[in-house]
Amino acid sequence: MRVSWQWLKEYVDIPVGPEELAEKLTLTGLSVAGIHYLGKEIEKVVTGKIQKINAHPKADKLVVCLVDTGQETLGQIVTGAPNVKEGQVVSVALEGARLAGGMVIKPAKFRGVVSQGMLCSGSELGLTMDIIPADQVHGILVFPPDTPSGQNVKTLLGLDDVILELEVTPNRGDCLSMLGVAREVAAMFKHSLRIQIPEVNPQPNEIKEYVQVEIEDVALCSRYVARLFKQVKVAPSPLWLQNRLRAGGIRPINNIVDLTNYVMLELGQPLHAFDYDRLKEGKIVVRKAKEGEELVSLDGVTRTLSPGMLVIADTKEPVALAGVMGGLNTEVTSETTTVLLEAACFHPQTIRRTSQILNLRSESSNRFEKGVDMEGCALSVHRVAQILQHIQAGEVVAGIIDQYLKPFTPKTILLKPERVNFLLGVKIPEEEVEDILSRLNFQIQRQLSEPSGQASCLIVKVPSYRPDIEREIDLVEEVARLYGYNQIPATLPFGTTTRGRRGEELEIYAKIKEVLVSCGLNEVVTFSFINPAVFDLFDLPQESPYRNTIKLQNPLHKEQVAMRTTLLPGLVEVIQRNFNRRVTNGAIFEIGRVFYPDPNSRVGFGQAGYLPYGPALPEERMVLAAAGTGRTLNSWHQPATAIDFYYFKGALEILFAALGLVKISFVPSLKEPGFHPGRTAQVTVNGNQVGLIGELHPVVLENYDLPVPVVVFSVDLTKLISLPRKSKTYAPLPHFPGINRDIAVMLPKDIPAEEVCGLIRETGGNLLRNFRLFDVYQGEQIKKGYRSLAFTLNFQADDRTLTDNEIVVNVEAIAATLREKLGAELR
Amino acid sequence: MEEKLRLMLKAAQQAIANAQDLEEINKVRIHYLGKKGELTRILRGMGALAANERRSYGQLANKIREEIEEALEKQTNVLKNKEIQERLVAEKIDVTLPGNIFYLGHLHPVTTILYQIENIFLGLGFSIAEGPEVEHDYYNFEALNIPPEHPARELQDTFFITPNVLLRTHTSPVQVRTMEVTAPNIPVKIIAPGKAYRRDDDATHTPMFHQVEGLAIDRQITFADLKGILQVFAAEMFGAGTRTRFRPSFFPFTEPSAEVDISCVMCAGQGCRVCSQSGWLEILGCGMVHPRVLEMSGYNPEEVTGFAFGLGVERIAMLKYGIDDMRLLFENDLRFLTQF
Repeated sequence: MRVSWQWLKEYVDIPVGPEELAEKLTLTGLSVAGIHYLGKEIEKVVTGKIQKINAHPKADKLVVCLVDTGQETLGQIVTGAPNVKEGQVVSVALEGARLAGGMVIKPAKFRGVVSQGMLCSGSELGLTMDIIPADQVHGILVFPPDTPSGQNVKTLLGLDDVILELEVTPNRGDCLSMLGVAREVAAMFKHSLRIQIPEVNPQPNEIKEYVQVEIEDVALCSRYVARLFKQVKVAPSPLWLQNRLRAGGIRPINNIVDLTNYVMLELGQPLHAFDYDRLKEGKIVVRKAKEGEELVSLDGVTRTLSPGMLVIADTKEPVALAGVMGGLNTEVTSETTTVLLEAACFHPQTIRRTSQILNLRSESSNRFEKGVDMEGCALSVHRVAQILQHIQAGEVVAGIIDQYLKPFTPKTILLKPERVNFLLGVKIPEEEVEDILSRLNFQIQRQLSEPSGQASCLIVKVPSYRPDIEREIDLVEEVARLYGYNQIPATLPFGTTTRGRRGEELEIYAKIKEVLVSCGLNEVVTFSFINPAVFDLFDLPQESPYRNTIKLQNPLHKEQVAMRTTLLPGLVEVIQRNFNRRVTNGAIFEIGRVFYPDPNSRVGFGQAGYLPYGPALPEERMVLAAAGTGRTLNSWHQPATAIDFYYFKGALEILFAALGLVKISFVPSLKEPGFHPGRTAQVTVNGNQVGLIGELHPVVLENYDLPVPVVVFSVDLTKLISLPRKSKTYAPLPHFPGINRDIAVMLPKDIPAEEVCGLIRETGGNLLRNFRLFDVYQGEQIKKGYRSLAFTLNFQADDRTLTDNEIVVNVEAIAATLREKLGAELR
Repeated sequence: MEEKLRLMLKAAQQAIANAQDLEEINKVRIHYLGKKGELTRILRGMGALAANERRSYGQLANKIREEIEEALEKQTNVLKNKEIQERLVAEKIDVTLPGNIFYLGHLHPVTTILYQIENIFLGLGFSIAEGPEVEHDYYNFEALNIPPEHPARELQDTFFITPNVLLRTHTSPVQVRTMEVTAPNIPVKIIAPGKAYRRDDDATHTPMFHQVEGLAIDRQITFADLKGILQVFAAEMFGAGTRTRFRPSFFPFTEPSAEVDISCVMCAGQGCRVCSQSGWLEILGCGMVHPRVLEMSGYNPEEVTGFAFGLGVERIAMLKYGIDDMRLLFENDLRFLTQF
């Protein structure tokens, strides 16, 4: 809502300047988003009448105008504007004038002809397309022909004004009008309002001879007021009226349309003017649209209507979309001589739904949606009549039609003043509570004891234009905002002391992030959306459960049409984006939710950990996933480490250890779609599969245009946190030294290391406390098809220092087992 | 005999002085004092001497041995020192060469800010609650006093899954879910961090974003308490000198409602580009829980009151780190992420 400072001052005295008023409005609930000083740069621009236009001797596209600017001699101005004509009154910037944007005018020569100034376009005066005709934005701005020369254009166009740009919250439809804002200002400064609207020709009821109004559904139209104007002369509005509309952000069209808009801006009541002669039988029917009915709205678009919409019709067809936009068939044009004016009150939700379905918002629908003052309909048609007479645009037919079948009954609300203080934590005296409410035009009656108790109580009657006030708490807010939120003290609550808990799950997620960051992985956050096309890039079979996504009905982008079922595509896209920006090394991870439409078709990991959010909602599972490529940085003192399968495996191992998870294993997985069959493993904890780790399949990499290997893992955290975790307990430190022995065994290279380790662990028995695989060798000194695995074995006993002999026996036993079971040779 | 011993001492002293390293010193020691050394050899000739002569020569020999030993020790120390000095010189490193690279990752700035926010409220006795991101219309709108066709719905352009299931547009539904399971017990003190979704995409909006919702319900919670808690939050989050300003606003689920501004973190309230010259930055919306919301969730608004607030995590991250485009947070450029 744009509020003109000059206009506002007509209704109420404002003891402060625009800046301070803006601040005060903001702090009482009408947020001021901007203050615009119109024409603040414009100086010395005057009106001038073009007396004569001569061709430029040397340029086809220029003309030389002789302009009367009220001075003794005519000014000579060269212009290239296409729309100049002799006799026009235009705005002239003479030497020393300043335009919007700060340009200063100096005399100049155009191909040999002196120009003493320039003719201004709308944009040079800061006027934009939405408030003046398009051809005058960049062409010359033209005034009515009877405008005197030499007038100050800034004053003439109302550009010596300040506009406050209000952000009106949806509950305050009443403030979408000058009157509404003036009421707030009056309440704020304890001033009274100046506005008087006389009834114009209320009797006799002559209009009934011309017009009949029938409301079919009273629930959707609680009031319909009509007036008739005869002998109408449709013409441009006087400048003062145009200026007001422009200040309010509305483009002037003609005097009749402008008048309806003017009164809408002033009083908040949307109005519509019909060309009476084009209404069949002079009858207005307010009814629901019929299925398939069509109406060409004023913007020229053919609208197909449905029964949920309310229309204004004559006896034959719709003539307006009630409360949203008029129809082209009854538009007021220059031919119009009789005008039917409508001021009605329509059902807000119906208007909202209609404008949503048709994707058609208007000043009118915006106000109806938020509720207009039912009591103000008649007043606003009187206002139009009053100004119509004043500007001599036509004759007012006596009488009005007022279909007001369910008259407004004011609400009364009980307010306990101590409730105000209790809720706000303040001590506002009762008189002040009453004073604030009275200033806001609430009528107050005191009641000394309310029905149920002894406390004194106020019976508050709510003005008709405040439908947002429904119960006691709404009055508390009214008091609070006028009292001033910043007057209310800041205290800390007292009562039961509570302990803030993060909760086990979130603690675990935080721990996971901490560990992975320590392992060199960077956390990313990607959108929860997925483009199902990526499943093809990932080479997932059609029957893959990951393809079963939750679809958005109204996506914003085609890449974001469904909810993700896996984090991996998002992470691979991040790797790809970075790679394309020449960031070719890195490891990333994300913890986020995935969404499965049907709890029974869950992907992969069984039933555990289902988040019970209620029926009809999808399953949401928390997933940890990571992706990496390239290597860590090397330096003069350190080799680089490849970010490969083993890097991520190590990160997972240390992560699981940190979480106290036991019995981790990595089981080769040969048939995982999208994964490299030789470099992929299922991750299991205590025999439960919790995730996957592996390199992406070369085909997938190719689909993503990635010429380098990418390793990923994905872990179902919802499942993981349901598994038992070992808590930390102390183990006594050994009293006797341990002894290390290294052994290297050569065996067929297809035997997984895990198998060798298992046998060592089994055979080593009690004394083998620890062992570590420290080398894998394949090459010249090794048989083809074989490899050598080297282990450091650590032996220890709790009660003695082990003898060499004991060690030798153990190592030999291990070697023997490996030989027997796996055909391993000791090296 | 005496002559021999004196000559030997002289020779030994010479040899010691000439020794260049500890190895040579050791050789000298063995040569003169060893089992088969010079001194032993000379003393072997003593057997032929008379007893009294033997004693005096014995004393002399011991004195000479002591002298040699002293000289040896002295020279050994000199050489040891020399050797250490040489070693130190040889071992000199360029301490200005770069140190080892510890390949540490980085938390996403949204996570870092979320942790900071969470920790402030955990310290104030608020626990963390969570809820689904795909939500019923009821929890996202209706139970928050936003019935169908309410104009407030248009402020939050919603992604729909079905007509009644949607992506939550704020984390406020967690309020309702928490109240439903807790009512009529008090107190309730929770924050609900999480993702929310709106159909918006520009430099200050992304279709997915993070919010932290807060809720406190007890027998005597006041608007003044709301102000107090949020002032503590602002001071903890943005620094002790941060001022707050409460402006009346409208949210269907709170009344009275307010929007909270903090004094601009860039210019300390002087007015700059970041705060559009106003000196203030809007950081959150809040208010007293609307009695209808309390009623719908099973509380009696005559018996308990509460406050609620909701803040945008990205907005705070952008303010704290001076990030000017919200979309950067979700592009995940590693050169961006590793700055935090």
